[in-house]
Order: sequence, then C-alpha cells, then structure tokens
Amino acid sequence: MNAVFLLTAMVLSIAVLLAWPLGGYMAQIFSGSPSWAFRILAPVENGFYRLAGVDPRTGMSWKRYALLWLLFNMIGGVFLFLLLLLQKDLPLNPQHFSDVPAPSAFNTAASFISNTDWQDYSGESTMSYLSQMLGMAVQSFLSAASGIALAVAMIRGFSRAEKEDIGNVWVDLTRSTLYLLIPLSLLWALFLVEQGAIQNFAAYVHAHLIQPFGENGKAVTEQIIAMGPVASQEAIKLLGTNGGGFFGANSAHPFENPTALTDFFQMVAIFLIPFALAVYFGHEVKDRRQGWAVLAAMILLFTPLALLSEKADLAGNLQLAALHVDQAHKPALAGGGNMEGVEDRFGAAGSALFGAMATATSTGAANSAYDSFMPLSGMVNLFLMQLGEVTPGGVGTGLASMLAFAVIAVFLGGLMIGRTPEFLGKKIESYEIKMASFAILIMPLLVLIGTAVAVSTPGGREAVLNPGPHGFSEIFYALTSAANNNGSALGGLDANTTFYNIITGLCILLNRYLAYLPLLAMAGSLARKKRISAGAGTLQTASPLFIGLLIGVVLLVGALNFIPALALGPVAEQLAPPPPSAPILAH
Amino acid sequence: MLRSLRAGLVIFLLLVVSTGLVYPLVVTGLAQLFFPHQANGSLIRQDGRVVGSGLIGQYFDKPWYFWARPSATSPVPYDAENSGASNLGPNNPELIKHVRERIQVLQKADPQAKGPIPVDLVTSSGSGLDPDISVAAALYQVPRVAHAGGISETTMRQLVRDNTTGPFLGLIGEPTVNVLKLNLALHDRYVADKTHGAAGK
Repeated sequence: MNAVFLLTAMVLSIAVLLAWPLGGYMAQIFSGSPSWAFRILAPVENGFYRLAGVDPRTGMSWKRYALLWLLFNMIGGVFLFLLLLLQKDLPLNPQHFSDVPAPSAFNTAASFISNTDWQDYSGESTMSYLSQMLGMAVQSFLSAASGIALAVAMIRGFSRAEKEDIGNVWVDLTRSTLYLLIPLSLLWALFLVEQGAIQNFAAYVHAHLIQPFGENGKAVTEQIIAMGPVASQEAIKLLGTNGGGFFGANSAHPFENPTALTDFFQMVAIFLIPFALAVYFGHEVKDRRQGWAVLAAMILLFTPLALLSEKADLAGNLQLAALHVDQAHKPALAGGGNMEGVEDRFGAAGSALFGAMATATSTGAANSAYDSFMPLSGMVNLFLMQLGEVTPGGVGTGLASMLAFAVIAVFLGGLMIGRTPEFLGKKIESYEIKMASFAILIMPLLVLIGTAVAVSTPGGREAVLNPGPHGFSEIFYALTSAANNNGSALGGLDANTTFYNIITGLCILLNRYLAYLPLLAMAGSLARKKRISAGAGTLQTASPLFIGLLIGVVLLVGALNFIPALALGPVAEQLAPPPPSAPILAH
Repeated sequence: MLRSLRAGLVIFLLLVVSTGLVYPLVVTGLAQLFFPHQANGSLIRQDGRVVGSGLIGQYFDKPWYFWARPSATSPVPYDAENSGASNLGPNNPELIKHVRERIQVLQKADPQAKGPIPVDLVTSSGSGLDPDISVAAALYQVPRVAHAGGISETTMRQLVRDNTTGPFLGLIGEPTVNVLKLNLALHDRYVADKTHGAAGK
C-alpha cells in the first residue's frame, strides 16, 4: 500500500515540478514576449505567416476565432479521411495494407482531429507507415494545438478588458506547435528510443525461433515482428493527451513503452501540459495563486480516485484467490495483484494508475487491458471521464471545462451570499452562466442518449464480449469515452462495426465541436467587459474555500448525471456473487 | 472568406510538413545515429540470423526452457504483428476456465514445484507480447527446467538472477526476468553440451 502512495505521489510531484517552469514559458510564447525560442524559430514562424498571407498582429473576434478554428479542424479531417481511403497506392506501405474502408476511415478521422484517438483498428495490421506518420501523428500534434488554442483564447477573455478580440487563431496554433509541442516531443522521443522504443521504416522482421512449436497442427518456426516510426508518434501521443497508439496494444506494447522508466515518464507526460496550462492561466490573469487553486482542485479530485483504483487492482481477483493462485505483492519477487491484461514490468498498481491518468485527461492511452480491470478500478476510469475530463483533462479542453465549472461555482457562491457573482474582476451574468451550462451539459446528454440507443438496438448489443453487467459497462464505457473525446476503450467491445463507427464518430464530433464554442462565446463576452476591482463581498477565488466549492460542483454534476448508470455496470458487477459456472475449488 | 480559406490551407500544409515529415525524419535520423540497436527493434542475432527481439516475448513449451506468460494474440501466441489482450472481465467464467486449465498444465509439468502458482503464469498480458515473467514465476519453474535440462538448480537460479531486472531505483516498476534472454543463455549451454536436440529441433 505504501508503494502505491509513493508511486502516485512521485508521478504527480514530478509533473507539477516540470509544469511550473513550462507554464511560465507558455506565458512567454502566447504573449509574444521574446524568449530564446523566439530568436531561433521566429524566422520559421514569420515565414509561415508570410506564405499564408496572415498578419499575426491582427486579433480576432470570438466568432471569427471560432469559425477559423472549425475550418482548420475540418481541413484536417478531410485530409486524414482521404489519406486513409487512398492508403493502398501511396508510398511507405511495405506491408501492402489495403485502403481503409469508409466507415472506419470516417471514425478514425473524426477521432484523431478531435484529440479523441478512439481506435477501431489495430495499427500494425491496418495502417501504413505513411498513414501513421502523416495522418495519426500529424493530427496528434494539430488536435493538441487546437485544444491549447481553445484554452488560450478562453483565458484571454478573463485577462483582457474592454476588448473585442481574443487573439489570432493562426498564431496560437502555429506557436503551440512550433515552440511547445515539437521541441518537447523531440526530446521525449529520443529518450523513448534510448530505452528501446523503435524508430525505423523497415519491413516487418522475420525472427527464427530457437524453439519452434505447433499450433492447430501447423508448425510455427518464425515470429514476424512489426516495425515502424513508433517513437516519434508515441511522444506526441502522451504529451498531446491523444492516446492513439502505433500498435493495437497501445502503451502495453514493448516497442511503445519498453521499460518501467518509460512507463513512469509516460504518466508524467500525460499530465505535463494540462498542469502547465493551469500554471499559465495564473500567469496570464496576473495572479499566480489562481492557477495554483485550479491545479489544486484538479489534483484533489484525481488523487483519491486513482488510489482507490490502484488498491482495488492490487488486491487481486477473489476468484483466482479461490484457485490458490498467488496474487500477493512481494518486493524483489513479484508485483502480484490482478495481472490479467497487465504487463509484468508495470505491475497491477502501476497499470491502474496509468489507467486513471489516461482517463482523467483525454489521453485514452492504455498500458494494460482496461476491460480486465477489477470492477472498482474500471469504475474509476469511467467516473474520471464522466466528471467531464477536468482532473486535469485534455490539453486545453480540460482547463477550459474547469474554468466553466469555476464560473458555475462563483455563481453558486454569489447566490449563497446574495451578491452579483464576479470572477477575476469580471461580472458573471446570465449570458456567461448560460454558455457555461451549455458547455457542461452537452457531454452527459451524448453519453446517456448514446448508451440508451446502443443498449436498445441489436447492433449495439451484439458487439459485447463479456457477459452480465460487465457487458453493459463495455457499451457505457464506449459512449462515455467517445463523448468525452477520451478514446480509451474496453477492448472486448467489437467497435469496428458500422453501428459503432457511426455512433461513436457522431458523439466525438458533437462534443468536440459543440461543447467548446459556447466557451469561446463566453470568452468574447468577458473580454468586452470592464474590469471591476474586488470589494468586501467578493468571493476569493484563490482560497481553500473556493477550491472546495469548485470540487463540490464538479462532483455534484458528475454524480447526479451518472450514478444511476454506474449502478447498472461496475457497481452491480462488484456486488454480484461470482457466476455459478465458476465453482470454487475445495482445498 | 476566400482569403481565410487560403490562410487555413497554407498554415495546415506547413504544419503537416513540420509535424509529419520534418519532425519524424529528424527523430529517425538522430535515433539511427545514436541508438541504432534500439531504433531497429533490439534484435538478437545468432549465427547471423535474427532469433528475436530482446523486448518481444516468445512462446516456449519444452520442459527444458522457461515458459513465458500465456498470450492472447491470434492466430498464434506471441504474434508480434497482431498485439492485444484477452479483454476478459475479472468475473467472466471464460477467464476462470482458462486460469484453471493453465493451473492444471503447470501442476502436471512442475510436480516438484512448491507453493501456490504466481499469478502472472496463469494470466495473459496486455500486449500478448510480454517479454518478462516475475522472479517468483521464474523460480517456480526452476526445478522443472533444471531437471529436464540436466543443469543444477543452483546454476539455474544463478541464470535467473543474471537475467533479472529490479525496479528502477527500487521504486518504479516490478522485478522481472526476461524469458527469451534467459532461454538463449540455456540454449547456448545445450548447444555446447550437445544435449536436448540442442537447438530444440
């Protein structure tokens, strides 16, 4: 148990320590104040604007910003869709994979432009190196940059006063990519390769087995090992909270995540930019404590849930204990715990922590099979997504949603003391509350309606692998993941059917392209407002009291929306007696 | 509007070139320059032939080799062009059935083994390619492998120690034994001693 606390504390503190300076660096990038990065890369950046005919000094109204943001994402979607449809005859396809069928190509395009990276395919048996490199990896960068742009624009709503513009979308996208995502990914990718992740364009390798074996009457004498440009994609997969793995097994695959050390830093990488954005928020509104308050709320929400999940998975499976299987955690001998779907080098607790971090952000990467998690651990994954991905959430989107919750919390605080609510010197009025509520309520609607549709249609039910309440969890998880732009899955569900390709594709697009536009509208409205100075009745939004209120609002909204459905899935599975077909051995 | 469309297209294409061509090619160049062994799959060669990767597990079923964890890949176990897990839920009767079958196979193969079976030997991994077993799982198999391979248990335990990786700084990760590397060390001995149809053929 101590090991569980220690691991969790180490991952979180290293992420915070790295996010601290990174948040300051981001403040330099987005305000355009000169830093070393500008001196080196400024000619490249300015070249981009010249070629595109963009004046970087011209700001945009929220409407224009939102419209061009949508346009940029649409261009990316069409590009990726076509790339997948035409894959067969394009270069860098040494395994001669055929074109990706249209439903799957639609789903994948929707999924990758929106930072969801829900994957209905297995990379090493479907996608050419070109599709991975120019499709998946590119969108992993650009969807992350799009998310960051959203947060940056939204924060400007608070930091600016009596202004129409909330920044220039082309500048925000270009700077996020050039100054932040590419340099960090480059360093991280090289570290991954040093540890054993692969990075090549070779055809799959044939290895001659020292001990051939028979399978279904056929002699197996060789192992064919998939290759590819993995590390470059792996780096941005985690830093950009994307989660779209090169291989089917995602971060469980030794070529994506070769050692316990890479696993540790994969977890740090997942939280790095979301944490740094909270720090950046404090810089931008000229009150660092505001950033730390938001960060504290995120960590306080996340930690107990992660510990619960780790503890449940480390306790192991009662049905295996009845078979006298040794699941004890023994230092220097065995990790123990629930090891189905878990890699030995990561261990059960380490995998549960990874799962919690991947679902608390929009990452959805997996270093183990979430479908084989103990019911409570699986429930933590589900609930972390259902809180609206704010603990700390995806790059940009997490902070944006958290600020929407903060606006609601300020409003509730204002109601309690009977004063006009204000946040960071801006009056919060009915327009802001409407926009924040709209943004928060789209996701639960998509999840619950989507799940209801899936469980009531044959196409939705037939795809399930596991029997009983766990089968319901598989469907509920798929819709939760899609509508939160998370992308993780309970892999037992056969998601590559026309039904699931369309329903998850729609949920992905509707959440990503509806839920954040109201927040940009709110930013536009806030930027126009005058700044008022804090009075005696102003709720201090960097105080422990406010942090508590914010946590309460997030939990209340999440719990009210999802507890009934959770009761039908993981809760029922946890409480149900073992099925009669698995008799317990007498000893 | 047409101006904006042009700006969008140009910025998009420039970013595609930066993130989709320049960046991965720079990573590939540096990786191939500084870490060619890792970048190409940590391949292990014997007599000029690739026999596997130090990071990808293989299937073993002869008693004189250590066995790896069960693998859920199809159509063959440890299929390194189709990674994946069983995805069976913790209460799925199918999972319990598999575990019972694996227990029976191990108990039959390792009659001298003492104590309960370590969990990783009866559960399949997340990738289906797990290169490792726990130290406990290796020690559990020592009596069988030593007996079948004609090597003393003491030597066998030493070989296990030689191929063990502890948690990083004693904190991060779990203690593991690389099965392919351990078996390659055994294989070398069998070849030198001309025992066991040596190369396992």
